[in-house]
Amino acid sequence: MLCTAASVKTILKESEHLIRLVLVAAILVVVFLVVRNVVVPAGFGKYGHYRAEALDDVRARAVSFAGRQACEACHGEVVQTKNQGKHAQVGCEACHGPLAAHAGDPIANQAVKPDPATLCVRCHEADSAKPKGFPQVISSEHAGGTSCGACHNPHRPAI
Amino acid sequence: MGPAGVQGFMYPNEVELQWSVLIVLYPYITGLVAGAFILASLSRIFNIAAVKPIYRLSLLTALAFLLVAPLPLQLHLGHPERSFEMYLTPHKTSAMAMFGFVYLWYLLVVLLTEIWLDYRGDIVRLAQTHRGPMKWIYAALTLGSYHVSAASRRIDDRVGWAVTLIGIPSAFLLHGYVGFIFGAVKANPWWSTPLMPIVFRFSAMVSGIAAVLVVYQATTRIRKKEADMLCLDTVAKYLFYVFLIDFSLEMLDLVHRMYESNESFRALDFMVHTRLYFSQIVVQIYLGTLLPIGMLAVTQVVKLRAPIRRVLYTTAAGLTLIGILAMRWNVVIGGQLFSKSFLGYTTYKMAFATREGLLPTIALMILPFPILWALLKLLPPWGEQKAT
Amino acid sequence: MELNRRQLLAGAGKFIILSGAARAALDGDASRYNAAEHWWGMTIDVGKCIGCGNCVRGCAAENGVPRGYFRTWVERYQVNGEDIEHPQVDSPDGGFNGFPPRHEAWAKSFFVPKLCNHCADSPCVQACPVGATFDSPDGVILVDEKYCVGCRYCIQACPYGCRYLHPTKNTADKCTLCYHRITQGLTTACAEVCPTGARKLADLKNPADPVHEFLRSNNVQILKPYMATRAKVYYKDLDGAVR
Repeated sequence: MLCTAASVKTILKESEHLIRLVLVAAILVVVFLVVRNVVVPAGFGKYGHYRAEALDDVRARAVSFAGRQACEACHGEVVQTKNQGKHAQVGCEACHGPLAAHAGDPIANQAVKPDPATLCVRCHEADSAKPKGFPQVISSEHAGGTSCGACHNPHRPAI
Repeated sequence: MGPAGVQGFMYPNEVELQWSVLIVLYPYITGLVAGAFILASLSRIFNIAAVKPIYRLSLLTALAFLLVAPLPLQLHLGHPERSFEMYLTPHKTSAMAMFGFVYLWYLLVVLLTEIWLDYRGDIVRLAQTHRGPMKWIYAALTLGSYHVSAASRRIDDRVGWAVTLIGIPSAFLLHGYVGFIFGAVKANPWWSTPLMPIVFRFSAMVSGIAAVLVVYQATTRIRKKEADMLCLDTVAKYLFYVFLIDFSLEMLDLVHRMYESNESFRALDFMVHTRLYFSQIVVQIYLGTLLPIGMLAVTQVVKLRAPIRRVLYTTAAGLTLIGILAMRWNVVIGGQLFSKSFLGYTTYKMAFATREGLLPTIALMILPFPILWALLKLLPPWGEQKAT
Repeated sequence: MELNRRQLLAGAGKFIILSGAARAALDGDASRYNAAEHWWGMTIDVGKCIGCGNCVRGCAAENGVPRGYFRTWVERYQVNGEDIEHPQVDSPDGGFNGFPPRHEAWAKSFFVPKLCNHCADSPCVQACPVGATFDSPDGVILVDEKYCVGCRYCIQACPYGCRYLHPTKNTADKCTLCYHRITQGLTTACAEVCPTGARKLADLKNPADPVHEFLRSNNVQILKPYMATRAKVYYKDLDGAVR
């Protein structure tokens, strides 16, 4: 097939509409690329396929539990007592709840003493799924149903 | 007994279904698109003259459904305003992200281009004959070129043929990909099978062909014209053959599962016989597959008069559409009714008038039809050569 | 317990100095944190879990987890005889208020805490279409709630059921291994409040971390190993009945 200048010109003339179509497509692609460059966050792709700033977003969350070491500063004696008993491994906030606010400002944010009636049974109510060696009682039958605190010091529970 | 509607044990976060009836609708609609397009391509690529009368109708039907397809997804997203992120930062390992491009490719490069190339002669003529706002719409569609010489139309025909040719694998990709989105989830044994894209593709073809058949019957009725029986017979024949393939594939999946009978099968089997019984056994298999296949089989072996054949075809097509919708329901909802611990089942509490409820679903199922009506008015497909 | 004036002054003095120092140290830690030095996971000793639910409540308090949704939860198993493939399992409200007691001593029964496994080969990260959930450089799977579109594909992809859609934020949510805490030298909330030490944060890149001895000297499993997710939550003495 001879590709003369005339025949090429004819083909171009007859497919002028197709050239317009391709042009429209090209414009759309360029617009898309421009939009993408502008809109995609700057840190995207820095560490992987995600916004690098997201790591900072997650880390910015305020802490609610202060952690065991924070309590020792003011409550050293209690901690010492606890460390001599069976609850040595139990963190302060396991029973007293989240106390980072209290550690930050003890006067403004008072800690609340938990109620033994609801607290102690969560761990020590007898259940066949609990490990056999773990101290557990049927609370309604134990010591005639008296309050746990009547006999047990929660910081050093052995009698 | 656990939370309401739960039988046995479910992981606590599994009790509430994540993908609602909107996600049932989405593969259904894209399936109709793929099927309608394949039907159109039968006349273009394979030169099956009998289906030429429905060529343009199939394309416009496909377009009407394709335009509605993203809407159930947008309604479902927690943040639809961020959905464009899938195009800006697509995660290449995610089937869902890649599907966004498959959709875009299919809409722009295949469907719209093919429709434009085929209709260009009409568009130019309509731009020249209309007055008022319609004139501007047609003028915009011409892209500024009023060149409709015989040579240019021949070029259109050749390019259009090439577009249809790429269009066939593109249509397969469109709906096969939706199947892959489910089939590639290893965490879910109801979904995870290599057969999923293939089953989706064939059921898409079945539903698409059935949809075009129903639309053709409806439009000829409304226009008070005679249905082209040769065309209808051919479409029904293709529906029958593709349905047989589709049914075989689904049965293969089922038989394979039953035979291997691994850990997940017992849980799934129980589910199918209880919570999924009506939608899977009754609606999908009996009413939606066996009955229409039976009806179509009758028309293939027994010589029946035209009016009876028309009734059988339309009824079979209608049942098929219901059956394939049930299939999508059984895949999407069914896949979320059982626990990944295989120890329990939950129930789907479908809301009515919420963002993901039944009401918007029904609205979205109806929406393609006014859009199709508008497209038929904008680009009338009639004036086709009757098949000889 | 009353503090007398002397104790109060001494305590206040100690507090001002120590908390100031602590704050400086914490801030210092926060900015000096080098992700490349850490590879986070968790160890769980099933034999120590008593099903008290402290971890579920603690996590909810620390992370603002909405009620009815769970970043961590506890399951109670009861295995009857030889039918180990069909245990009786319950998790009332995820174990948030512990468990209603049962006294059938004849069955094998135990608690299993569950959380996100922070998989090294995570199917949820693979599935995310936009890059909103990702594996941090120190091995924690996180969600970018400003980028998540709420498609829920990740929730479908997780084999362990640890993800949910946050009901008000409309983004995917899950355990972050208390990333905001561990990057400051604290432990996770669940490990902090666990009374028996069943749950412990593990840093696999730290040669002094007890996880190495734990992995060496115990019968250890990960959940659903056939999913090949390379989960990093290691269970000691996990029974075969556990799903």
